[in-house]
Amino acid sequence: MRYEAPTSVEAATELLAGGKPEARVLAGGTDILVQMHMDAIAPELLVDIKNISEMRQIESLDDGYRFGAAVTGVELMDHANFCRTWPGVMDGVKLIGSLQVRGRATVAGNVCNASPAADSVPALIAAGAIATIAGPNGRRDIPVEDIGTGPGKTSLENGEILVSFFLAKARPSSGGAYQRFTPRTEMDIAIVGVGIDLTLGDDGVCTHARVALGAVAEKALLVEEAAATLIGTKVDEQALDNLAAAASAACRPIDDKRGTKEYRIEVAGVLARRVAAIALSRAKSAREK
Amino acid sequence: MSKHHITTTINGDEVDFLCETSQTLLDVLRDELHLTGTKEGCATGDCGACSVSLDGVLVCSCLVLGVETGGKKIETIEGMADGDELHPLQRKFVEHVALQCGICTPGLLVAARSLLAKNPDPTEEEVRFGLAGNLCRCTGYQNIVNAVLDAAAEMRGA
Repeated sequence: MRYEAPTSVEAATELLAGGKPEARVLAGGTDILVQMHMDAIAPELLVDIKNISEMRQIESLDDGYRFGAAVTGVELMDHANFCRTWPGVMDGVKLIGSLQVRGRATVAGNVCNASPAADSVPALIAAGAIATIAGPNGRRDIPVEDIGTGPGKTSLENGEILVSFFLAKARPSSGGAYQRFTPRTEMDIAIVGVGIDLTLGDDGVCTHARVALGAVAEKALLVEEAAATLIGTKVDEQALDNLAAAASAACRPIDDKRGTKEYRIEVAGVLARRVAAIALSRAKSAREK
Repeated sequence: MSKHHITTTINGDEVDFLCETSQTLLDVLRDELHLTGTKEGCATGDCGACSVSLDGVLVCSCLVLGVETGGKKIETIEGMADGDELHPLQRKFVEHVALQCGICTPGLLVAARSLLAKNPDPTEEEVRFGLAGNLCRCTGYQNIVNAVLDAAAEMRGA
């Protein structure tokens, strides 16, 4: 097995497009090293992206935040202003693995590993995160919901690599939250995950919402029908009932050792209510500032 | 394929080693450098027995390749005591009987040191969250938590 640690995105995409079918990107390594240990994969080439400075940055820009694909969970957790600005995204990031795992693991890896239960993914989708992808034909920007296509599968083409995420400046009076449902509070895999971002108008009426569900389909889902139940309401009890029903209706889960289909569908509605309440209280406190 | 020649700093000493691409930092520490204080539990990042500090960040050494550690500072359990003088955390683990079989203990000590470096005055809940990535199948954790809180108090001079 060959190991390369290029220092530019172009050099990385060249290596990945070099005709080696079993070339893998090595970011934090917290999924890929486990897959190698389990003999699930046997790459011929590892392309370590941690020496590419563009991929290591967390940048506060005039129009939002950009953070690189090699930024670790702990680096985001230690970035006080990012955490204040994007609490919903951080709800998800803080649930990835243990502290030790987050010391290495990256959000980009969480997205590209394409587990339907990945905790940062619904949180990013709800926040409207855009991923910049580089490949042999240049760069393109796609919403995070368009990356995962099924367990372990992404829409990235041969030679393409996720470079960074962009989060547009949050609207005033907006708030986001993510929660997952698990038997244990730490070191567990979501039975259901829900991410919600919402924005309030001056009159307290919700003007914008995004609702994303994890672990209830082959990939994380952006559920517009669920967001529509909040928009135009004050996120009152009736709206939350409608949200729960729409979230449950969007689920197409599997039965597995962590939960049955029926259980996941039920929990998705319950959790969506809870997450909307947190997002609402964060939006209200953002408005008071 | 020839091996990689890596230079790192381990517990303050410059260390050179050769490794294959597939060897983890845990493999290198134990099999090449004979620093066997770091334990292998699961080898999949779930148990924390192989915890070390890498450039000041707590990581599972089973989830890091040796080849990724060039130029980095690694701290293992072997660097914790000062000669024969135990680190306060080590002493408190003994006093509180915070171990039984001992496999998880080096990882817990390294994780606890990392926790107290960031937060010298943690609550019991913060200790439990801070050590959530370290599994112990013997003790039930209570004595570990007590030992860490007691060591923290001593280290603060309280």
